[in-house]
Amino acid sequence: MNIVVCVKQVPDTYSERRLDPGDKTLDRASADGVINELDEYAIEESLKLAEATGGTVTVLTMGPEKATESIRKALSMGADKAVHVLDDSLHGADAVQTSAALAAALDKVGFDLVVLGSESTDARMSVVPAMLAERLGLPQLTYASKVEVDGSAITVQRQAEYGYDKVEATLPAVVSVVEKINEPRYPSFKGIMAAKKKEVANFGVGDLGLAEADLGLAGAATEVVEFTPAPPREKGVVVTDEGDGGVKIADYLASQKIL
Amino acid sequence: MSEILVLVDHADGAVKKVTLELLTLARRLGEPAAVFVGQGYDNAKSILAEYGAAKVYVAADAELAEYVVAPKVAVLASLVQDRQPGGVLLPSSADGKEIAGRLAVRVGAGVITDAVDVRDGFVCEQSVFGGGTIVQSRVRSGVPIVTVRPNSAAPEAAPADAAEEQVSVTLSDADKAARITDRVEVEKGERPDLAEASIVVSGGRGVGSGENFAVIEALADALGAAVGASRAATDAGWYPHQYQVGQTGKTVSPQLYLAAGISGAIQHRAGMQTSKTIVVVNKDAEAPLFEIADFGVVGDLHQVVPQLTEEVKKRKA
Ligand SMILES: Cc1cc2nc3c(=O)[nH]c(=O)nc-3n(C[C@H](O)[C@H](O)[C@H](O)COP(=O)(O)OP(=O)(O)OC[C@H]3O[C@@H](n4cnc5c(N)ncnc54)[C@H](O)[C@@H]3O)c2cc1C
Repeated sequence: MNIVVCVKQVPDTYSERRLDPGDKTLDRASADGVINELDEYAIEESLKLAEATGGTVTVLTMGPEKATESIRKALSMGADKAVHVLDDSLHGADAVQTSAALAAALDKVGFDLVVLGSESTDARMSVVPAMLAERLGLPQLTYASKVEVDGSAITVQRQAEYGYDKVEATLPAVVSVVEKINEPRYPSFKGIMAAKKKEVANFGVGDLGLAEADLGLAGAATEVVEFTPAPPREKGVVVTDEGDGGVKIADYLASQKIL
Repeated sequence: MSEILVLVDHADGAVKKVTLELLTLARRLGEPAAVFVGQGYDNAKSILAEYGAAKVYVAADAELAEYVVAPKVAVLASLVQDRQPGGVLLPSSADGKEIAGRLAVRVGAGVITDAVDVRDGFVCEQSVFGGGTIVQSRVRSGVPIVTVRPNSAAPEAAPADAAEEQVSVTLSDADKAARITDRVEVEKGERPDLAEASIVVSGGRGVGSGENFAVIEALADALGAAVGASRAATDAGWYPHQYQVGQTGKTVSPQLYLAAGISGAIQHRAGMQTSKTIVVVNKDAEAPLFEIADFGVVGDLHQVVPQLTEEVKKRKA
């Protein structure tokens, strides 16, 4: 089975994240980049499925030059090769455009299964997997907490508020995974060394047949009008429990008309 | 005045509170038209009318519930094409966001998720980077498609006609590609939905064990609250994953968020920072969550929380 796993580099939550005051896009240069945590689960699931079916795993990333760090990490976990959609004109792309670029790259690379994390920790929109299914006209098997492939049949448990849905489809398909699906492996020393020799293909928008005018900030269907730092919360009251902590909270809640 | 489509979030016609919030917001933007997909419309009709739906589009074909997300996209896409609404509002739930995303692609529009306010001209306010930055954004091409977080507006009644109009759509093969074959529901009990609840009581590693979560649940039940948990608690298997609050869990914005035995890591704060009132119980006076607490008690949660539960019961009696 030919699996493509989509990986995004995001600013580390621990570093200060900000928007660029100039073009109001995420300032990716000022923060440390890390692989989106949920994508590690997607990589793990892809590797497991490839091992079980004798398939290959290709990493697909869209992002600036710096995103190669995340590609190397995925390759050192065991993915076979990578495709990097790298083009300045994609800077500032929104979710609609990102899904268009990824869909075009997927068409070019070819696949039986696309796997993604169900959300990125920076934008937190959780829409790209569903948008890819829409663009590719393929089954949307998102929020999967369990994936089973049997020949061309694929079944997932789709995590929901009330429990889960069992969902069936036929390959090719788009899967997104939630965090409890597996335990991502750590890259081994051997894996890290091997990753250095693995092939990374660079695609520009021309290679993907995308029109530059539709891409990036200028072509985005959404725009940030303005942004401001959130006003700091007013400093609250902290008391030490002297056997009446619970009563004190009740008093406070009553004073706020919550109780 | 142009129509504003509001996708109704419901379970067999039991309408969720977020829908009433969306109808309230929609009135500011145009004329609210509810879109009801699925079974049970008879149960929903009166409350949709009460909260201002001038019109209700009803798509009740049983087939629509058999596939993941795409049928709802098909219903909304056909309405967007036929009615040219001024915008579409959906709840910021997992399904709501996916429907919004696919709809944006299908009709060639822009999508904004997780708005906490929508104003005239569809200017949307979002709270990003764990609540640290407030962004105003808008859709600049096509019909604005916006998902709104629960608890973003106080629902206001404004009786309207709820004139019913049946809609039927033909699903494409692609819409029918992911078939739901079974629905497995976990015991939920009587507690409100975590994302929608106006009070959330959360426990973390300090709770100590799965059994000890009974202490958190007892307080939640006394307050009529939902239960949440930190990742340390869900990772330990003390509480199910769907109750995790934070960066890789749910984002909540209740009237009151009460955290017990949670240190306040940035990833946890990302999911609760916009709560109106935050109360913290932690035995460590240095716990970072105290920094954003409106009221905090330094103490053992196993003493403080049960005492609070008793006190709440007493005062509510
Ligand atoms: C990419 C990423 C994503 C993450 N996503 C999330 C997420 O979505 N949600 C989330 O919550 N975390 C998330 N985390 C984990 C986060 O970093 C913290 O590890 C986690 O929130 C800690 O949970 P905790 O506060 O319960 O535990 P701890 O940090 O161990 O804190 C326990 C607290 O309990 C107090 N305590 C102990 N005993 C008592 C007692 N008897 N009475 C009162 N207080 C007591 C202690 O003083 C301490 O402050 C994420 C981490 C990463 C790297």
